[in-house]
Amino acid sequence: MNSATAANVNAGTPPGQGTGKDLDTFPKLLTHNARVRGDLPASREKDFGIWLNWTWAEVEEETRALAMGLKQLGVNSDDKVCICGDNRPHLYWAMTASQALGAVPVPVYQDSVAEEMQFIYDHAGATFAIVENQEQVDKLLEIKDQIPALRHIVYKDPRGMRHYNQDFLHLYRDVQDMGRAYIAEHPGEYEKLVTRGTGSDTAIMLYTSGTTGRPKGVILSFDNLIVTARNACQREGLSEHEETLAYLPMAWVGDNIFSMAQAYVSGFCVSCPENSETVLDDLREIGPTYFFAPPRMFENILTTVMIRIEDAAKIKQRMFHYFMDHAKRVGGALLDGKPVSWPDRLLYGLGNLLVYAPLKNVLGLSRIRLAYTAGEAIGPDIFNFYRSLGINLKQLYGSTEASVFITIQPNGDVRLDTVGIPAEDVEVKIADNGEVIFRGPGVFQSYYKNDEATRGTKNEEGWVMTGDAGYFDPDGHLKIIDRAKDVGKINNGTMFAPKYIENKLKFFPHIKEAVTFGDGRDFVTAFINIDIEAVGNWAERRNLPYSGYTDLSGQPPVYDLIQDCIEQVNKDLAADNKLSGSQISRFLILHKELDADDGELTRTRKVRRNIIDERYGELIDALYSGANNCQIEAQMTFEDGRTGTIKADVAIRDAKTIDAAPTKTAA
Amino acid sequence: MQQDHRIIGDVLLDVKDISLSFGGVKALNNISFNVKEHEIRSIIGPNGAGKSSMLNCINGFYHPQEGQITFKGETRKQMKTHHSAAQGIARTFQNIALFSGMSTLDNIMTGRNLKMRKNFLWQSLYFGPALKEELENREVVENIIDFLEIEQIRKTPVGRLPYGLQKRVELGRALAAEPDLLLLDEPMAGMNHEEKEDMSRYILDVNDEFGTTIVLIEHDMSVVMDISDRIVVLDYGKKIADGEPDEVRSNQDVIDAYLGVSHD
Repeated sequence: MNSATAANVNAGTPPGQGTGKDLDTFPKLLTHNARVRGDLPASREKDFGIWLNWTWAEVEEETRALAMGLKQLGVNSDDKVCICGDNRPHLYWAMTASQALGAVPVPVYQDSVAEEMQFIYDHAGATFAIVENQEQVDKLLEIKDQIPALRHIVYKDPRGMRHYNQDFLHLYRDVQDMGRAYIAEHPGEYEKLVTRGTGSDTAIMLYTSGTTGRPKGVILSFDNLIVTARNACQREGLSEHEETLAYLPMAWVGDNIFSMAQAYVSGFCVSCPENSETVLDDLREIGPTYFFAPPRMFENILTTVMIRIEDAAKIKQRMFHYFMDHAKRVGGALLDGKPVSWPDRLLYGLGNLLVYAPLKNVLGLSRIRLAYTAGEAIGPDIFNFYRSLGINLKQLYGSTEASVFITIQPNGDVRLDTVGIPAEDVEVKIADNGEVIFRGPGVFQSYYKNDEATRGTKNEEGWVMTGDAGYFDPDGHLKIIDRAKDVGKINNGTMFAPKYIENKLKFFPHIKEAVTFGDGRDFVTAFINIDIEAVGNWAERRNLPYSGYTDLSGQPPVYDLIQDCIEQVNKDLAADNKLSGSQISRFLILHKELDADDGELTRTRKVRRNIIDERYGELIDALYSGANNCQIEAQMTFEDGRTGTIKADVAIRDAKTIDAAPTKTAA
Repeated sequence: MQQDHRIIGDVLLDVKDISLSFGGVKALNNISFNVKEHEIRSIIGPNGAGKSSMLNCINGFYHPQEGQITFKGETRKQMKTHHSAAQGIARTFQNIALFSGMSTLDNIMTGRNLKMRKNFLWQSLYFGPALKEELENREVVENIIDFLEIEQIRKTPVGRLPYGLQKRVELGRALAAEPDLLLLDEPMAGMNHEEKEDMSRYILDVNDEFGTTIVLIEHDMSVVMDISDRIVVLDYGKKIADGEPDEVRSNQDVIDAYLGVSHD
């Protein structure tokens, strides 16, 4: 920014503006950005194969036109405006436009089916909808009769809409034109509306997907989002020159922070992919400097890389493996600024030239300064792969109720199995029952029309229950182990966190699924499901014949293989003084895969513990009885819906456990 | 809902008394029917009924011994396939006929070949008028890519694509010619249920959005009955029925042909 512009800014705005105090709503931030960095790109979208750009000044104009158009349609303060579609600049503008009018945007998951939408529209009492395309309009038309409050629908993409002549349907562009005409006659009115908003107003309402019961509408104020975003930007040093790709659902709180709040606060550019399937290509073209992805996405990218390396020429393969091994040894330490010997540094430099830099370039990760992952545990191989390449991948812990950030891993002190230290101004503590609770600027206002749930989650002092069990390690890093309601106690007094142990098991490629038992028992035991592809491959390479899943599962060499994995997990657990008592003493390999069709898993592949307890009671008893095997008959549902039973004789093995290492406590 | 708003126009293609034989085999025997503007017209029939032969006659690949074909009011004699393309007829094939080493984008670009006016020398330079022409045509192609929702495979060689997507690319290439009449030879053969649904949606959308008249050969009866305006039924080279889906469905000859009745 040159000094002339800066002078204009000061002349045109009252003192204090620009320091952040008065910029307490998104519309105000937008006006500010249009003024101080009007020529910098703000939104980008790939359409018809070309990246289209909008500068901050253009975004402000588009948003203003839309806002005034919506006003003509009758949007007033406190109206709920549902917004639904893939990540599109126009839909982000629609959020700000609604906020400028004092209305509350309610982003809705674009893949929701009509009934789910109906619940949200009905519960929120939405009067307006701004949607992406015909697909979304069709869903709304289907439920229109059940949601009488809905008055107007604005759609962005006219494709396929030619024959829709209902008078409550409006094309986005037409609404903007209406707004522009109105602005020409009433200049200054938009600005007047914008100044009316304050930081304590409701900025947005987000429906949490809710694994149990109906979704709840989380109300977040401008202060919640803007203060949280500003704190995180300062901590990570984000500037207006960042590039990021908005590809996660707009209805998710993370997208609202990463692609809206932080972009508005720092003034950086947010790019929207062409469609959900081109994300990896678009990633490469944009080359983001700031990036969020769930662990699964990082895993998918890594898998793609490994498959392509397998197909590469021998010399390339050897080069790749040689330098990746080196990177695994020293890459993470270099990134954390820890001492590394000169020869190792030189070799890493050579590796960077030959392997790391080209690889990052292909993945579109060359320019990454900061990458986050969260949501579930990330496997050590995946995490270390990215960090050893010099990509600053960090974990964070957050929730919708916190406006995302509860803890973030600090630069230079990133660990695999913790989620870092509390974010700025956020207090985190462990309640007496082991549950993680927090308080801070991002704490949500309330659940919409659900005071009971609000009271159940947030107490009078502002502490919010996360429902997660965890503890602080000696260095003050928070470690999340499981959902609090699943955590139990073993008879020896050790805490039992089934998911934590199961995740550790599942990080081994040979283990597909694991279920552990131990609550109210003398020791911990486990059911293992092998990964038929990985273990099958392994068996083939060792000339181990097998006829199918059940046969392979029961083979002694496979048991040996799994026993190794379990004993490694035991070693890991032994190093953790809180969990060393929960090492796995006995295990068995199940003769059939746990399957959602049989009701053993949910559709999102979460274990249904009660069903397992019921169906495999005999096996659990056998694990605790000291028997060496157990006869079992289990029902299974085939792909075509028929059911059958499989009988098997399942072997049970003891695994070595290691005495707790007390040294850790001393350290 | 959409069907109600579509206006079926005048006769676009008129096929009159067509007979085609290969040696002693009569592939088509005295077939007459017409296709009106903006309609979706299906040709159905058991294997070997002469459906593909009929399409091949329409786009000038086969030359029927008898009868005449009138397209856009112009009755043709002997005609070459490229004439039919120039007149505004495009087609897809029963067996995919794409350039498997070329990308989706390039394959669809080949569909624009007849719209390119600059000669070979100009085209080999990415410069001046040739560049302008290339860009204009690219825009049309990008519209088609957007329409068929195949952005993610824009740069993928089509040989690497699954069958269902290849079919979609082939449709894209036919659309690139901006045809008045689109001939689709079994566009849904070998597809699973979901792919069929998608393809039906695209066919209806092409018909609706671009006003393209479509002649369709298809085996899946439920699809044919759902999307066609009128249906011609062939059996052993003869026309045995012609009319709207409901009429055809209840026609005794059609039922016999599909259930199998001896032909003595």
